Amino acid sequence: MEPGLNVMVGGEAGQGVQSAGFILAKAFARGGLHVFADQDYESRVRGGHNFFRVRASAAEVAAISEEVDILLALNEESVDLHRSEVAPQGAIIFDGDKAKSTAAGGNLASAPLARLAQEKGGNSVMANTVALGVGLGLVGYDQETMAEAVRHQFGTSESGESNVRAAMAGYEYATVQLKGLLKRQLTPIGGESRMLLNGNEAIALGAIAAGCTFMAAYPMTPATPIMEFLAARSDELGPVVVQPEDEIAAMTMTIGAAFAGARAMTATSGSGFALMVEGLGLAGITETPVVAVLAQRPAPAVGLPTRTEQGDLQFVLTAAPGEFPRAVLAPATVEDAFWLTVKAFNLADRYQLPVILLTDHYLAGSYATVPRFDLSKVTIDRGELLRPDEIANPEEYKRHKLTPSGISPRVLPLQGKALVVTDADEHDEEGHLIEDADMRTQMMLKRLRKVDGLKEDIAPPRLYGPDEAETTLVGWGSTYAALKEAVDSLRDDGLDANLLHLSELWPFPAQAVAQALEKAGRSLVVESNATGQLARLVRSETGIKVGGSILKFDGRPFTPAYIVREVRKEVTQ
Amino acid sequence: MVDIADYAGPKPAWCPGCGNFAILTALKQALVALDIEPHRVLMVSGIGQAGKLPHYTRGNVFNSLHGRTLPPATGAKIANPALVVIAIGGDGDGYGEGGNHFLGAARRNNDITYLVHNNQVYGLTKGQASPTSDFGFVTKTTPQGADMPLNPVALAIVTGATFVARGFAGDIPHLSQLIMGGIQHRGFALVDILQPCPSFNHQNTFAWFRERVYKLNDDKHDPTDRATALDKAQEWGDRIPIGVVYTERRATFEERLPGLARGPLAERQPNPADAEKLLVEFQ
Repeated sequence: MEPGLNVMVGGEAGQGVQSAGFILAKAFARGGLHVFADQDYESRVRGGHNFFRVRASAAEVAAISEEVDILLALNEESVDLHRSEVAPQGAIIFDGDKAKSTAAGGNLASAPLARLAQEKGGNSVMANTVALGVGLGLVGYDQETMAEAVRHQFGTSESGESNVRAAMAGYEYATVQLKGLLKRQLTPIGGESRMLLNGNEAIALGAIAAGCTFMAAYPMTPATPIMEFLAARSDELGPVVVQPEDEIAAMTMTIGAAFAGARAMTATSGSGFALMVEGLGLAGITETPVVAVLAQRPAPAVGLPTRTEQGDLQFVLTAAPGEFPRAVLAPATVEDAFWLTVKAFNLADRYQLPVILLTDHYLAGSYATVPRFDLSKVTIDRGELLRPDEIANPEEYKRHKLTPSGISPRVLPLQGKALVVTDADEHDEEGHLIEDADMRTQMMLKRLRKVDGLKEDIAPPRLYGPDEAETTLVGWGSTYAALKEAVDSLRDDGLDANLLHLSELWPFPAQAVAQALEKAGRSLVVESNATGQLARLVRSETGIKVGGSILKFDGRPFTPAYIVREVRKEVTQ
Repeated sequence: MVDIADYAGPKPAWCPGCGNFAILTALKQALVALDIEPHRVLMVSGIGQAGKLPHYTRGNVFNSLHGRTLPPATGAKIANPALVVIAIGGDGDGYGEGGNHFLGAARRNNDITYLVHNNQVYGLTKGQASPTSDFGFVTKTTPQGADMPLNPVALAIVTGATFVARGFAGDIPHLSQLIMGGIQHRGFALVDILQPCPSFNHQNTFAWFRERVYKLNDDKHDPTDRATALDKAQEWGDRIPIGVVYTERRATFEERLPGLARGPLAERQPNPADAEKLLVEFQ
């Protein structure tokens, strides 16, 4: 696997770590390169330590590299914390005017970031922009592409141009004063630039493409950017966005909107979803189509608010009292996040049930380049939703009619004369509350029958590498790219490995998983949680016990290199 | 013309002598008087004896969870503002379990009429203290006596509700007028209804209320005067005012959503190509 160029921007919150990192990523993407970027930050608005990693390559990259080629340290602490991650041939840039105790030498080089920002940009706050200019100057990147990326971030107003001057100053400083510091060079390769976006943005775009018209959500990291993105555009496009009093209201308001005919969604993280669980059951029994995004972070309770984990899989499978059908989709990549969001809306409408889109902090906030989404491939399926003229006898309409498929055709209130009645209590076909044992049994069976159709719509897991291998890694959700790269590395290194990866988790594709695992020499589940939740699910649904597990629950994402090291340990045991 | 027969439903499963019968009658009369056909109405109810009301008449119905009455009502109203949305619940449902939603709906000023059957006791679970039980009201779960009662009328006013009324199940024509006022009002309308419970509240009975209630209309009360409205809202004991306590005109939540100007959400036809212009932002 082509390692690409790896640039890290480090500093404290408020220094512009995120914007400098994003502009770097944008400049690389505009140059036709493949880019992957992730961010690491603390739950605070100022201070602390943050970093943003950008990996760019002419070949496809979709995960983080542990080794850094250029460290742009906006403060002294960043040098201390990350110098061990910098490659021997790499470069560390720091501001010698500010970092008095750090001395230049070896691969450490000082650049007057704040001074150049003041002189050329008119404000020392643009030190981050100077730094990114230094970084791009070191690799001899195209200056005009850099300027475009800066303008994309700051606009073409005076502030945008000041930042362009700051970036140019950094660039020139690198080419003149730091000439020869870094051997690695990187230039644009041209071609049509891909989209650069993160998982949250892909979900928001997916929602708009799917015709989502209503969203109610309560702010919670890392899901908040979805509602912010949609709210900013709701006047002329996309859904109406409501920020209600709490997550209980967010979920039940979403259900009310969906009942009245909106394509509706909500988004939250684990503890917020815990409050929505009661509503999830309401969607189940009233057979109301809703999409709920659960962007996981380490829990229980508040956990690590700005870190990542895959700890809520078992939670979402059985959340809410009682038994009712649901679907759980866990996007593998940023691109997958877009398409599975569209699918989530379609499944929700087709089977009239809640669909949970299970992401995590890592996917939500990581940027990747993807080919422009082909919107002509987006299909809209609102299921059995009848127009008023399609109902022969509105007086006899039954919202919860017993049918062979379990799906009762919907009509919307006020779209005709038919009365639409539903109830959180067990109800009859019309929707009125009942206590009758026989009708209860029939209604339960009707709802559960919907799973027969739903199962057919669940895609089989991805198999990467050869069909059969001595070691099969098993994973789900956002770890896909890291696992894929790990498999490539292992194979390059002579270890016969492949990958079985699930992004459509429920109803569980038991048969396909069993077939793949039966061929595996040894299977190792790789998950960002402490107890091997996918391994338990595989066992309960297929009877197969996964051979071993690589579990990580420190709040930090898997890297391909970490997986390779852990697999080596398991295999040599 | 809509006829009372259009709203005829099955026989309610309420106790004989329950105040709920009067509220059901008053609601039906209000809808008939306003000539609203059942298919234009969406009744969203919670859980409790009050929550069963929609099943005993006709209309679109979303019978929700305990306390979760206002949020689905809000979502439905936003999705289709042409629906006449009436939320129905009890004091435990609306002021206890759903208390936060009550505050949220009043602040947003959604165009919803909210009927609260306030019997100052939990009926469905058989006689426990509610958020509006009198102080010291002894029940099986509160042997020490109930806590200070919440004042829904005063709370609604200070929280931002734009139509706040109190009705009495012992005066159907007056209650029906209040419900009509709430439905006609553009904004969040609370009609808190004093509803004697013959089974579990032997303190606040029909006779007890009849001795105390008086009509604000007869008292020349000006409901647009917030200060006097708050005074009236706090009057309780020997004299209990009923009628419209407070009203004001403020933009509804739906009116404040520019996205709704493009037509009801329920009628929009999805077009994936709409997202095309957003894709450019990411290139």
